[in-house]
Amino acid sequence: MERVPVLKIGDILLVSIQIDMEDQVALQLQEDLADKIVSTGCHGVIIDISALDIVDSFVGRTLATIASVSKVLDADTVVVGMRPAVAITLVELGLSLPGIRTALNVELGMKLLAQERERYELDLEDEDEESAVPTP
Amino acid sequence: MTTWDGAAAAERVAITSDQDVVRVRQLVRTLAVAVKLSLVDQTKIVTAASELARNTLVYGGGGNAEVSRVDNGRKPGIRIVFADEGPGIPDLDLALTDGYTTGGGMGLGLSGARRLVDEFEIDTEVGKGTTISVTKWCR
Repeated sequence: MERVPVLKIGDILLVSIQIDMEDQVALQLQEDLADKIVSTGCHGVIIDISALDIVDSFVGRTLATIASVSKVLDADTVVVGMRPAVAITLVELGLSLPGIRTALNVELGMKLLAQERERYELDLEDEDEESAVPTP
Repeated sequence: MTTWDGAAAAERVAITSDQDVVRVRQLVRTLAVAVKLSLVDQTKIVTAASELARNTLVYGGGGNAEVSRVDNGRKPGIRIVFADEGPGIPDLDLALTDGYTTGGGMGLGLSGARRLVDEFEIDTEVGKGTTISVTKWCR
């Protein structure tokens, strides 16, 4: 069985799907990513689907599951590079991919993840300050 | 190598595994390009074929797909007939409802595939099996 490689770049895991995936390959990717998020402590996942000429309900559901699982493991997921014809077909199929962040390309996806992380860290600092103030 | 010349060209693929679903997608894509469907229509018919091939495998317990080039005298098109000898569909209206599933999927396969094609015919009998025919015409 083929396997989709998961690359670590700084705080981000990058996956570029370059093959027409069998269902088992998609499920394997889901597991590999969850393992890799935990072993590397990365806070962002980018899934590049620019090479995919279709996304059917199975792949759509797998992407949604990956996003949910990463969220539970403290990582944000961005799906990037969807082709226009794929977007039109997905919507007509009835799949709106709720809960999935998207960006047009890898670069914008990385920017989105960086912003997301910054906001999250600011929130954490705010909370720390609040709890540090002694109640009068 | 399939050349798809001649109106009657047809190719049959057995669907018994995940790999066969991929094979159906690739065959449909090749023919969709050969009959010169637009890029969006190619994407739609390949997506519909992927959903229906998976249904044949998961719900029908396997079967086959016959992919053929068709012509109605005015324009060419592509037709795919999926056939299985599985349990059949007891309540067709329910099975064609968005979000209804018995297999743990999203319940979009059948209803979604119907929206992606120009013609959709389904023939099912409980205990005998299911045959689904879909057609996409060039614009």
